[in-house]
Amino acid sequence: MSEPLLTLDNLSCERDGRLLFSGVDCECPAGTLLQVVGFNGAGKTTLLNTLTGLLPAAKGDIRWRGDSIRSQRQVFHQELLYLGHQVPVKPQLTVRENLLWLGALNPPVTKDAIAEALVQVDLAGFEHSPSFALSAGQKRRVLLAQLYLSRATLWVLDEPFTAIDKAGVLKLEATMARHAEQGGIVLFTSHQPLAMAEFAVLDLSQFQPAPGEAYV
Amino acid sequence: MAWQWFHRLGSPRWFYEKSSRWLVWFAPLTLVLMVVGISWGLGFAPIDSKQGNSYRIIFIHMPAAALALAGYYIMAIAGAVGLIWKMKLPFMVMKSAAPIGAALTVLTLATGSLWGHPTWGTFWEWDARNIFMLVLLFLYAGIVVLAEVYPSRDAADKACAILALVGTINVPIIYKSVDWWYSLHQPASIKLTGGSSIHPSMLYPLLLCILAYYCFYTLALILYTRREILVRESRTKWVAELAQAKFSQSQNASGGAP
Amino acid sequence: MSDAQHGYPLGAGFRAIIRRDLTSVWRNRSDIASPLVFFLISITLLPLGVDPSDKLLATIAPGMIWIMALLATLLSLDSLFRQDYDDGSLTQFILSPQPLYLTVLAKVIVHWLTTGLPLAIIAPLLGVMLSLPSGGYWPLVISLTIGTAIMSLIGALGAALTVCLRSSALVLTLIIMPLYLPVLIIGANTVSSAIAGVGAAQGLALLGAALAMAVLIMPLAAAGALRISSNH
Repeated sequence: MSEPLLTLDNLSCERDGRLLFSGVDCECPAGTLLQVVGFNGAGKTTLLNTLTGLLPAAKGDIRWRGDSIRSQRQVFHQELLYLGHQVPVKPQLTVRENLLWLGALNPPVTKDAIAEALVQVDLAGFEHSPSFALSAGQKRRVLLAQLYLSRATLWVLDEPFTAIDKAGVLKLEATMARHAEQGGIVLFTSHQPLAMAEFAVLDLSQFQPAPGEAYV
Repeated sequence: MAWQWFHRLGSPRWFYEKSSRWLVWFAPLTLVLMVVGISWGLGFAPIDSKQGNSYRIIFIHMPAAALALAGYYIMAIAGAVGLIWKMKLPFMVMKSAAPIGAALTVLTLATGSLWGHPTWGTFWEWDARNIFMLVLLFLYAGIVVLAEVYPSRDAADKACAILALVGTINVPIIYKSVDWWYSLHQPASIKLTGGSSIHPSMLYPLLLCILAYYCFYTLALILYTRREILVRESRTKWVAELAQAKFSQSQNASGGAP
Repeated sequence: MSDAQHGYPLGAGFRAIIRRDLTSVWRNRSDIASPLVFFLISITLLPLGVDPSDKLLATIAPGMIWIMALLATLLSLDSLFRQDYDDGSLTQFILSPQPLYLTVLAKVIVHWLTTGLPLAIIAPLLGVMLSLPSGGYWPLVISLTIGTAIMSLIGALGAALTVCLRSSALVLTLIIMPLYLPVLIIGANTVSSAIAGVGAAQGLALLGAALAMAVLIMPLAAAGALRISSNH
């Protein structure tokens, strides 16, 4: 077994002095498909935000390819694709224009690649539609098209199945599984039961602070 | 090790317990200095030949102005330390310094206009120093308001620290530009400190007042920070134990009344 | 390891954000108009509120035009990062390998191109309405061009600090006003001294120096503020 790509080492997170969870240890080698679960407020989104580097960790460390992400932010972000529950699709722009600017923040994308990715998310022919005309589900699909454009190794997907229809969910699951098979890592949260066969689970309920220990 | 000492400074609990011991002698010292300095200045210093007794407000006005300005830098430095070393205590110091500084700025403006009335014949003069103090008040107000309205305390601390740091770069620029503006539009008003050096019999009480103000500032900062520590750490074990101890103490002191 | 070694072109994100925001503004052209309309209307009202004699107007014209330009800029600041914050674009900026400094700078440049620059361009027209003496026109345009750029840069910090607040307008005004003061003083007095025949060189040099400093510091501070407020 090779060195794990992503390591959470004794990770603790707090919000405004309140400890959300502590002592999370997790090693993700290439090919990991991991669902983060826990009750509402257990800190699922906080965990995902912390391991992308959006939030500072209260204690512990996150390592990517053996080095702390704090020491190599730029390299780490080149290999990261993050989709949160907000939808950064500008209504004034067309679908293609949106994917162009989103893409420019990471690897450069070509117009052909965008056309292909839109076929994958059932938005073929929508390149030039203004985004304000799209439905909520279609806007999410524009975001999901990034999965086909990105060259990132680590996918962090916060509630990716929101507002997606059944067929879309199945397709998305297959895409996530394939990314893991090809040596990537997918971390995600979801409130829906999944049809996927194999994936690991990280249950944050097990890392909650004992009553009276939440404030240190 | 030196670093251990430095990082202990970041612990609010350590500071709270240490400062309890400092306050025992520091608070009376400050009180004595304030009383001696101000009564010497207001009561016993000789009368000014040009301005009469009205000049005496300098003993309250001038140290307050100095502290109001220094306080902004103290606040910004605390914020910078908090940002760089990710410590909690400096942020609490920063947040406590803002209202104290604002209060001193208000005191400076108020005493300044009281002084201005007999000397300039008006309560408010668009004088370079007046405008600068007013802007300083806005700078403080920005920090106080920002700290209050932020939804999250951690974010509020860091946001205020950034604003305070940018403010410190701006303070000398504001000072210079107001001065430049004043030199362009200088109205015919009386210059207060017109070259004549201050007599030692007025200088000594003034120096004592400045020292007293510095002590007072430190005292106020310590007290405010202690309050902030208790508010922020109110749900931790050590504060709960402290409250418990105080409570049983007061129970005993009241003689176990039913 | 191969992916990590790929260097992505640094300017790509910068250019993409400029193009994205310019396209957005172009499709919602009416948005540019609002600071301009504010500027025009307030200057039109001014002589009606005071005394419309040429002599008085000429004295207060440089200061009034500058103050109105400042307020118009202030009015437009709130929306600088608002939409990006609400729809999560900000998170994507922060998580991209592109330096946040450049992304912020790109947004500021677009803001200036669509508010400050138009204000500076129509300022001579308002100068005519306020009977600005003839020596003041060029200094007015140049000082406003540089000055509005500085105000956009400083304003970016205020907008970044207040983007996560629900009612941000008042807080934004309070924290930005003291920082705008030197720009206003130098800018307005540059125009007055040019009219008085003293020459505008000193003021314009000061403004240029302030611009250089603001370009270095303000996007950096705003980037730090965005990292803080993006999560709350």
